[in-house]
Amino acid sequence: MYLDLIRIRFLMMLAYRVNYYSGIVIYAVNIGAYYFFWHAIYGNQEAIRGFTLAQMTTYVAVSWMARAFYFNNLDREIANEVRDGSVAIQFVRPYNYLLVKLFQGFGEGLFRLLLFMTPGLVVVCLIFPIELPRDPAVWLLYLAMLAFSFLINSELNLLTGMGAFYIENVDGLIRMKRVVVDLFSGLFVPIALFPGWLAVLSEWLPFQAIAYLPSAVFTGRSSGDEALVAIGLQAVWAVLLIVPIMLMWRAARKRLFVQGG
Amino acid sequence: MFYLGLLWEYFKNYAKTRLTYRADFWIEVISDLTWQAMNLAVILIAFQHTPALGGWTEAEIVFVFGYFMVPYGIFSCFFDLWNFSDRYIVKGEMDRVLTRPAHNLFQILLENMYPPGLIGSFVGLAIMAVTAGQMGMTFDWTDLLMLIVLTMGAVMVYFGLFTALTAIGFFTDAPTGILPLMFNLQSYGRYPVTIYNRTMRFVLTWLLPFAFVGVYPASYFLDRSGAADLRMALLTPVVGLVFTGIGLAVWNIGVKQYRGAGS
Repeated sequence: MYLDLIRIRFLMMLAYRVNYYSGIVIYAVNIGAYYFFWHAIYGNQEAIRGFTLAQMTTYVAVSWMARAFYFNNLDREIANEVRDGSVAIQFVRPYNYLLVKLFQGFGEGLFRLLLFMTPGLVVVCLIFPIELPRDPAVWLLYLAMLAFSFLINSELNLLTGMGAFYIENVDGLIRMKRVVVDLFSGLFVPIALFPGWLAVLSEWLPFQAIAYLPSAVFTGRSSGDEALVAIGLQAVWAVLLIVPIMLMWRAARKRLFVQGG
Repeated sequence: MFYLGLLWEYFKNYAKTRLTYRADFWIEVISDLTWQAMNLAVILIAFQHTPALGGWTEAEIVFVFGYFMVPYGIFSCFFDLWNFSDRYIVKGEMDRVLTRPAHNLFQILLENMYPPGLIGSFVGLAIMAVTAGQMGMTFDWTDLLMLIVLTMGAVMVYFGLFTALTAIGFFTDAPTGILPLMFNLQSYGRYPVTIYNRTMRFVLTWLLPFAFVGVYPASYFLDRSGAADLRMALLTPVVGLVFTGIGLAVWNIGVKQYRGAGS
């Protein structure tokens, strides 16, 4: 049954695929902004904290394109369903609501991977000087890490979406969460460049597992054992995050009251 | 005068609907500011690794960033038309607006007023003040006057450009994705145009003049600016007028095209 959910969401996204062509351009524009920014920051410097300019360019491009894949609106979808009360119907149905959401998200993710991230990566490779890894093992490892990025980001989205059970208007929270994730995942600035205390803080948060760890492997900054530690860390977070989700879900089911009727 | 009265009435209305959800207002303000704080964080972190960005010091870049927030805040307060096509064209609310005596665009802008945006302008002013202090800049009353004139010019650049783009909704109801694209592109105006390549510089100056909402007008106040920079700064109101003219013209043509939503 869950496989069908993936398929249905995939087909649904396919019906609205035109929206995504402009998305590719938007991501290219954002990559461009950071490309020029880092270009100017580097000036005559060879490397900053072990990142060469070429690596940094690759990092920016691949992080944004990974975001094109792992990003989804599960938080907003859940919040909307809680607000308009349709979540009550979902409770009655013989499946796990959160798993359904996750698989729908994965259907969307597959769509984004094939029709957004992949062509997007080709486009940005043509525009910007990007160094792709030559070792096929790195590609494989990166793909596995990307799957974890999606999982962890979706788990955080489930958590934020469930906030709607407790707060009436979670839109602000959802927006804030996005900003926090974008910054602390290392999308804009690699965590290696963060000043000491901020870097330490980020290493203890789950967000770096979304963007920084996979991109560091992709650019060749982490390799060998370091890369294996990185994917291990992702796995740990993916499992750990299940705990608050379960707790919140259990509490939320008791709290839910649906207005109107 | 009539329009000022309307502005006040719309604002009172906004306040009344909003007071029912008082916490929302502050949540919106905070989430707006988090976004700006993150952009500032990127600049501050980057400057830990370099003394200058394309010849600009940290204080100068942050000053430009602060200035950028001022017109942006005003713009986001009075121009929140991101769902214009859905609400007014597809659902046909434009009919209601057109039957009233005030100019249609004016009504639409006020209906969608978003006052939390203005808080960002004040934060921007504070950032400018702090960095100006760091650089030992002095202000007199002409600077204040110029700040107002340049900011009005910058707001008009925004207004004209986005009015023209929103008016596309009159010609096609398919989502074009061009508005979010422009919205992302505006962040290029936060940084000195000199860091971009020649094509981007040309685009940001003359075609999609986002350099006129940030770095050009801000450089009027900076001591580093030479005659050429001052010329660009003073061009801000002119560019603003030109783009507002284009925006309004496209809008009015669009309104003439409008045929209602049927049924």
